[in-house]
Amino acid sequence: MRKQASNSFYAYLRRDLLLSYRRLGEAASPLIFFVMASTLVPLGMTPDLASLAKIAPGIIWVLALLATMLSVGGLFAGDYQDGSLEQLLISPQILVMPVLGKVTAHWLITGLPLTLVSPLLGLMLSMPEAGYLPMMASLALGTACLSLLGAVGAALTVSLHKGGMLLALIVMPLYMPVIIFGGATVQYGIDGLIWTAPLAILGAMLAAAIALCPLAIASVLRLTSIN
Amino acid sequence: MGHPSLITIENLRFERDDTTVVSCDQLHLDVGEILQVEGPNGSGKTTLLRLLTTALQPSEGTILYCGKSIAQCRLEYLSDILFIGHQSAVKLMLTAEENLLWMATSELSSTAVLDALEALGLAGYSDIPCYKLSAGQQRRVALARLLVSDARLWYLDEPFTALDRDGVKLLEWCMSDHVSSGGAVVVATHQDLDVQGVRHYPVLGETLLRACP
Repeated sequence: MRKQASNSFYAYLRRDLLLSYRRLGEAASPLIFFVMASTLVPLGMTPDLASLAKIAPGIIWVLALLATMLSVGGLFAGDYQDGSLEQLLISPQILVMPVLGKVTAHWLITGLPLTLVSPLLGLMLSMPEAGYLPMMASLALGTACLSLLGAVGAALTVSLHKGGMLLALIVMPLYMPVIIFGGATVQYGIDGLIWTAPLAILGAMLAAAIALCPLAIASVLRLTSIN
Repeated sequence: MGHPSLITIENLRFERDDTTVVSCDQLHLDVGEILQVEGPNGSGKTTLLRLLTTALQPSEGTILYCGKSIAQCRLEYLSDILFIGHQSAVKLMLTAEENLLWMATSELSSTAVLDALEALGLAGYSDIPCYKLSAGQQRRVALARLLVSDARLWYLDEPFTALDRDGVKLLEWCMSDHVSSGGAVVVATHQDLDVQGVRHYPVLGETLLRACP
């Protein structure tokens, strides 16, 4: 029996999770970066709780963005180097489902853990309690957007040997709306405003990204393989 | 007009940066044939194979599969081919068994996978991560795909790399068994094959023609 399209989604999801599980150290590095960098903020700027509380939402969002961007570059690199990507391109199936599976795995490995440890960072940066729930909600939706958008950049730069800088240049402008509304959600929560409004926009962005990014990634991967 | 060939190539050309890398005017491949693509390094053997697998798009010309253009019956064609390239697509962090289950295009039973690994002399290695295996053993893991696949067309790019003498014999046996049971093989290698009925196809890219006038 030939594998179905939904199966290829789960197959890639499972394989990428298994691969990260076998290399836990590498898989955990975005999370470690996230936590370590945030501990440096009070040391480098000011230990004053009131001033820290003011910048906490922005700092946490910037670090989450950088942590995602650092890890997303490797999304297709391994598959490109060992020939699995070529096998995927010539396999008799629609590319979108495996691609979505890979991005989902990336979010489960980076975005979800970042979201889950973010209250710890909030505590370290003495963020007001009212900001915790908006922060976790916005990070959960926002990091998924970041994974999807970053994967487009990763697909574009996969055939370049040192594509890191180019990836950052491609992906940064795409990340800006996400960080604007993500940071706003947390700030609204702290200020006692209706924080679900910017969160809804983040949700809309994610819905659009889920619909469009896999298509973009699939066609970019086809293009890069042609040369 | 008889039955159309399994693969027919007509006036195929592939250019990269204004250089013709592959130029193939006429080529037929029928069921039961082994075609050995030969040529010096850089003459376009891999490019020809990649054109055949649709990983590359030709600049000119067509490839016909059972008389139909492969662009028209893409999915049907792709599910009938198996390509093993230089990069074997073996994931080093996965075990041999996981790799095979993962790479197969159809649902496989665990026993089928273990049988294939055993046939390639990897009995007892099925649950060891592939990075612990030697280069030749990793190549055998990749080649075990041949035994669990139901594709009729095999495209093998330098499949003998890193294989020992027994491995070479085993692979030659696999190829002759495959063609006698209704398949066809295109293999790019420098090695002399000890198999009955191998047809040779020399390729010589224009790059080289220019380099040695």
